[in-house]
Amino acid sequence: MAKLNLAIYWSASCGGCDVAILDINEKILQVAEIADIVFWPIALDFKRHHVEAMEDKSIDVCLFNGAVRTSEQEEMAELLRAKSKAMVAFGSCAHLGGIPGLSNFTNRAETFERAFVEAESCDNPDKTLPQNMTNVAEGELEQPEFYDTVKALNQVVDVEYYIPGCPPTVPIISQVVDALAAGKLPPVGTVFGSDKALCDECPRTKEEKKITKIYRPHEIIPDPEKCFLEQGMICTGPATRGGCEARCIAANMPCRGCFGPPPGVTDQGTHMLSALASILDVTEDEDIARMIDEIVDPAGTFYRFSLPTAMMNRRRM
Amino acid sequence: MKDDVRIGVYICHCGSNIAGTVDTKEVAKFAQGLPSVVIAKDYMYMCSDPGQNMIKEDIEQLGLNRVVVASCSPMLHEHTFRQACQDAGLNPYLFEMANIREHCSWVTEDPKSATEKAKALVSAAVRRIYYQEPLEVREVPVTASVLVVGGGIAGIQAALEIANAGHKVYLVEREPSIGGHMAQFDKTFPTLDCASCIFTPLLSAVGQHPNIDLMTYSDVEEVSGYIGNFKAKIRKRARYVDEDKCNGCLVCVEKCPWKAVSEFDEGLAQRKAIYTPFAQAVPSVPVIDTEHCVYFSKGTCRACERFCDPKAIDFEQQDKEVEVEVGAVIVATGYDAFDPSVITSYGYGHYDNVITALQFERMCNASGPTDGKIVLRDGSEPKNIAIIHCVGSRDKNYHEYCSRVCCMYSLKYSHLIKEKIEDAEVYQFYIDMRCFGKGYEEFYERVSDEGVKFIRGKVGEVTNRTITEEERGKLVVVAEDSLMSAMIRVPADMVILSTALEARSDAEAVARLFNISRSADGFFLERHPKLDPVATTTDGTFVVGCAQGPKDIPDAVAQASAAAARVLAMISKGSVEIEAATAVIDEELCSGCKICNLLCPYSAISFDEEKSVSRINEALCKGCGVCVAACPSSAIAGKHFTTEQIMAEIEGVLV
Repeated sequence: MAKLNLAIYWSASCGGCDVAILDINEKILQVAEIADIVFWPIALDFKRHHVEAMEDKSIDVCLFNGAVRTSEQEEMAELLRAKSKAMVAFGSCAHLGGIPGLSNFTNRAETFERAFVEAESCDNPDKTLPQNMTNVAEGELEQPEFYDTVKALNQVVDVEYYIPGCPPTVPIISQVVDALAAGKLPPVGTVFGSDKALCDECPRTKEEKKITKIYRPHEIIPDPEKCFLEQGMICTGPATRGGCEARCIAANMPCRGCFGPPPGVTDQGTHMLSALASILDVTEDEDIARMIDEIVDPAGTFYRFSLPTAMMNRRRM
Repeated sequence: MKDDVRIGVYICHCGSNIAGTVDTKEVAKFAQGLPSVVIAKDYMYMCSDPGQNMIKEDIEQLGLNRVVVASCSPMLHEHTFRQACQDAGLNPYLFEMANIREHCSWVTEDPKSATEKAKALVSAAVRRIYYQEPLEVREVPVTASVLVVGGGIAGIQAALEIANAGHKVYLVEREPSIGGHMAQFDKTFPTLDCASCIFTPLLSAVGQHPNIDLMTYSDVEEVSGYIGNFKAKIRKRARYVDEDKCNGCLVCVEKCPWKAVSEFDEGLAQRKAIYTPFAQAVPSVPVIDTEHCVYFSKGTCRACERFCDPKAIDFEQQDKEVEVEVGAVIVATGYDAFDPSVITSYGYGHYDNVITALQFERMCNASGPTDGKIVLRDGSEPKNIAIIHCVGSRDKNYHEYCSRVCCMYSLKYSHLIKEKIEDAEVYQFYIDMRCFGKGYEEFYERVSDEGVKFIRGKVGEVTNRTITEEERGKLVVVAEDSLMSAMIRVPADMVILSTALEARSDAEAVARLFNISRSADGFFLERHPKLDPVATTTDGTFVVGCAQGPKDIPDAVAQASAAAARVLAMISKGSVEIEAATAVIDEELCSGCKICNLLCPYSAISFDEEKSVSRINEALCKGCGVCVAACPSSAIAGKHFTTEQIMAEIEGVLV
């Protein structure tokens, strides 16, 4: 079998996805056996013009991590799409919009204000903000345009496969490598991972749930045998695709939802919210109000990884 | 797009109800242009025979496989049109109704916007019906026995009707005897029949009926199952008297040296620690009140046991749990009398001679605490008696509703007082006289002619602070006479408070137990106030008598008979149809998170531990959708309300 041409790219992401690829350890040798890496900015010195010079569809698989929030990222997504046979949204940001997607609760101006003026670590008395075009002594400088809205990869280009996770887990990456090696890729549109919600693989005992107080992770040390929700901790496991082997759960931390919605669920946040609301065991208005207040940052809790792909995917502009 | 979907849309004028505001022609034209719509018509009355026939003919001739009617509320005619579709061979769940009357023409004045709104509603129905699937209505057999909860007049009436028709009735009463409030009454308005004369024959009929399994001093603890197939757990509390051995001689009661306040006599008399509530109690088997029995507190006495010939006293008796299977449940748990001590200005509990209506009722009763004499606390005869209406009723501070019986029983008291104390003066302080039943107005006239003084006005205060010589030593009723527009002070020896009827204090728990709803006033909610007054939202569970709302005896009896008729109809048919639009769990998607399990108001969800998935019993499911909304992984879908259908409907209305 001829070697595959593999491209790996990052856009609006933290870099963790690239590291996750290296985390497969010796399996990386198998990657090298089956594939020629033709583009991987974090590790290899290829430039954009190298990609532009490639023939269309000459890349077999492109693992694209990160969301799309600038014109440059959008161009790269389009470019790689044109050059690749299979475009893979790699990790939560490319898959769902991810953590950067929470910025859809604001807009460009507010994001800049926070990042470049207000931030405690900033020293910017002139309030200089990034500009698309800047005139300097040497001439005009162009920076990519920063968009108001963060998008998931499939909101910019067509995507064949999705590898969920923040970051994707080693077993799932290995599973994808094996599938590539065997030339047996699943049907287009497949999200790697389980077809059930996380609870299915969660080893904790689950009982019928009724709670009267919500705790944040720092407030209690949860019983490691018992369902987090029954202990009053918001665990988004029931509204999250399984397949991660319940790693956070094993570390006694509730699920944050990085694998995105399970199959059939369009909106992870509303599903988790209505599930949580269903188990609140309070009837008095003041108790209800108190419990609502106990959910600190509801939008960030229920839509931590999936806001751009949710039904209501941004604040009104 | 499915290319085999053929939709017919019918826009009803409803005379001028719809067509007066909505341009029905234009809506039909709009509908004709919607995807998959084969035919769209408007017609004067779609619910008429020609209207229905039009649908049937089109189904046959045009091969329609979906029908939308835009007319009134589905509450009214959904059944009509579903039936029409079914008659033409179309599954009734392939019919959809757009409400362009209540939701549109009646509430939208501007014809232009009403027409646009009607189009949006039709568009929503058309989009939705595209995704609708045929569903099958299922039938389940009916267990030919009935649980009646509450042994007052309503429960007794229902039990007897059903038992007389030859079916088994389990009648559960929490007091030691059946009889309820009616057993406490002296006379009944407006006929002035002696309450016990007309009632005790019914009590003994229940006690002796071969088809009635009477469980007194018992509580229903758990109800599960569904229409036709309920299971109820009943706890028979220990009476400490063996019902099989006791011959009802009541020597034990006579010999018991310990006393307690009589609940039945509303605190006006005492009863023994072993007692039956009243002389004609059914069953005539006493109970031991362990709180007041000295044997239970100190371990001595046992007088009852010593004197009991048939050796029926059993201090070791335990509560017993009984499980029964029934096809239907009739809830007849009655009412509580309003406690007037919360209205401190009326002085109940403070002044000896301010009494409640039920206390007066007991006082008038020949077998009551005063042997039927109307007396003040000191034993003397009152000459001036004031009756205050609407105590706790028609009052924003307590209950806004009218208790419906107080005007009439207050009139009855006037008559009884005049009968027993010829020269007594009776004052009725009323807001409005409501004498609406058969023979009631005549009774009002009759009592008016007996010389009762009617004062229209709300009483502000009952006080012992006297001003004049005439008032000295008496209570003074201070009120506004609204006909004279003057404040008046009426001295009285006795004040009777016509207290409201209110929902039982444990109504919330009872509602939960039987899965029924309550209205804002706290009483149990009937399915429809006019057209389905004894059914509840739980199929097979009925509510009758004052548990449903304040009412007089004839109304309670009529309701009880109505519920009995409904139950008998179910039993004689032998089977019932159950909801087809239920929720279903896709086991491939269910992760076993157990969020849904406790939510089901019909206890339809169970958990399969082996496969670690939840299951829905479709016979129990009413399709309410609570679990569908709660399921975080979309493993539960509501048939006939799928996400696809709802989203299509929303998109349609936004067009």
